Amino acid sequence: MAETLTVPTMADYMARGEAPEILFWVGCAGSFDDRAKKITKALVKLLQKAEVKFAVLGTEEACTGDPAKRAGNEFLFMMQAMMNVQVLNGYGIEKIVTACPHCFNTLKNEYPELGGSYDVIHHTQLLRDLMKDGKLKVEGGSFKGKRITFHDPCYLGRGNGEYEAPREVLEKLDAELSEMKRCKTRGLCCGAGGAQMFKEAEKGDKEVNIERTEDALEVKPDIIAAGCPFCNTMMTDGVKHFEREDNVQVLDVAELIASAADL
Amino acid sequence: MIDYMEQVLHYLPQVLFAVALGVTSYFFYKSIARIRRNINLGRDLQLEGPTAERWKTMARVAMGQTKMVVRPVAGIMHILIYLGFILINIEVLEILLDGLLGTHRLFKPLLGKAFYSFLIGFFEFLALLVVVACVVFLYRRNVHKLKRFWKPEMKGWPAKDGNYILIIELILMSFLLIMNASDPTVDGFLISGFLKPLMPADEGTLHLIERVAWWGHILGIFAFLNYVPYSKHFHIIMAFPNTYWSNLNAKGSFNNLESVKKEVELMMDPNADPYAAPPEPDPNAAVLRFGAKDVKDLSWKQLMDSYTCTECGRCTSECPANQTGKMLSPRKIMMDTRDRLEAVGKNIDEHGPDHDDGKALLGDHISAEELWACTSCNACVQACPVNIDPLSIIMDLRRYLVMEESNAPTELNSVFTNIENNGAPWQFAQADRFNWASE
Repeated sequence: MAETLTVPTMADYMARGEAPEILFWVGCAGSFDDRAKKITKALVKLLQKAEVKFAVLGTEEACTGDPAKRAGNEFLFMMQAMMNVQVLNGYGIEKIVTACPHCFNTLKNEYPELGGSYDVIHHTQLLRDLMKDGKLKVEGGSFKGKRITFHDPCYLGRGNGEYEAPREVLEKLDAELSEMKRCKTRGLCCGAGGAQMFKEAEKGDKEVNIERTEDALEVKPDIIAAGCPFCNTMMTDGVKHFEREDNVQVLDVAELIASAADL
Repeated sequence: MIDYMEQVLHYLPQVLFAVALGVTSYFFYKSIARIRRNINLGRDLQLEGPTAERWKTMARVAMGQTKMVVRPVAGIMHILIYLGFILINIEVLEILLDGLLGTHRLFKPLLGKAFYSFLIGFFEFLALLVVVACVVFLYRRNVHKLKRFWKPEMKGWPAKDGNYILIIELILMSFLLIMNASDPTVDGFLISGFLKPLMPADEGTLHLIERVAWWGHILGIFAFLNYVPYSKHFHIIMAFPNTYWSNLNAKGSFNNLESVKKEVELMMDPNADPYAAPPEPDPNAAVLRFGAKDVKDLSWKQLMDSYTCTECGRCTSECPANQTGKMLSPRKIMMDTRDRLEAVGKNIDEHGPDHDDGKALLGDHISAEELWACTSCNACVQACPVNIDPLSIIMDLRRYLVMEESNAPTELNSVFTNIENNGAPWQFAQADRFNWASE
């Protein structure tokens, strides 16, 4: 893809003696995973369209330490956290947006005790606010008649009590929003959390993502909406398992909005 | 002499009652002291958060049972038993006073006959609802065989315990109704009024039935009170302090280990002298492990959680790992913690405080396979009607596995290496982190 985005870094801003409104924390998945990179780009385009003054850390960003912490390696988590706090505080960061609920949770809840207090929001919360303020407008036309079901990421929903922002954003698409039988507080995990993403599942009789994809396919959706790069992977694998990839798409909320906005 | 014997016989029931009450109180006190001591074996933990919010949480979750009704059938049935239990205690108070003072239906003249009849009638109505709820619960456990009551950790004592509680409650409620039905000094109560025609006409027999039911009811309550601390049913007490001490932070927020923080800070401090002698260790300080191997490494709140668990299994039935056939069951984590804590407490009683039985929570009760099945999704924490947090115990045991035993699954060890070297869980170079923008 020859499409090059102009994405300002914190270093660029610093060099100009300016500061952005908000830091976009891309995260490891958003930076390296081919599928998640598309989500990153979709969000960048939306931020640019809404004329949000944002920047990324680029090569100065490093893993928040979330997978290390959930896997029990508190040492490694602390090292990552303290290094990141140094970088973030060095740039005087106040506000952070991220498209990964795991980064979101760690930055928001676990960094303050380590000297890193920022106003951290999930990208679905930012999109909702931009829409509310009229800075981002979408025509829902292309999604009319489509059925969308939203899968709650554990670390956004139960972990931080945010169930409504992604739904409010999706409502703007004029599509039919259909809830799975297990949703919101009782939503079932995709199977990736707690560092499971990076290891084989323990012995059992089923994969968690298959169980969850069944929930999703039960509502006969055209689109399964996700708000987390890891959920996205797990649900995509689940849809492939049932050989339904031709008529069921798994897309991030940001991708749906970007596509509706013709970006 | 005859007068004296008459006097003794006259006061005998009162004396017997006082002795029974004394013995009951003594054993109950001993149980509470034992459990309190055991909970205090846990690590010290300062729980922050405004007192007002703590009271509100307790009022909402424990008193208001807001999390019970998420599942309406069990929730409503449970509320019936709960209300019955609380309100019928007013009648138990009368029984206690009657027993000690040698009176009969002390409250009747005090409250006036009409109001007294209304009140007892209301209690009888509750008693009937309790009977219905207990029967439904017995049916769900034993006939309908609800899946979560038949998981492996429920075999043996836990299953029996559940049934004993329901049966004892049925017996107590029956005594209550029979007691009222066979009492000639009162009549026309809401439910027992219908039982009156079934009672024998003979005054002596009737009196005997009334006395047996009266003593049966109160001695049954005394016995039950001392059964409760050995049973999962202890939640009727622990639900209140445990919800008061609820975690008020976001569920996704895991605690940062202070011990690790200090070490890492020192490691990253460019001004730290690597050859400096370590500070004189405090000889009284307990050896602080990274994570938890045994119950003493857990906090008092985590241990309190284990005594609060009533093994309802809502956590396990919502757990994604358990639903897909993995070994992990959050309820088992809580049951194991309590079993191990009881064993540690027993060791202290029998062999003194420093006895080491060579066993631990990790390994002897909970296996690494169970711990590694957890997705940390918080479904168990959300599901618990009394705000128990099985996830925090799972995490502390994982921390021990990784930081003290270097015993993580191989794939995770590569993840650690990658994060340490490249700042990402995958093997990509840090320098390539921004390539996405120009691809």
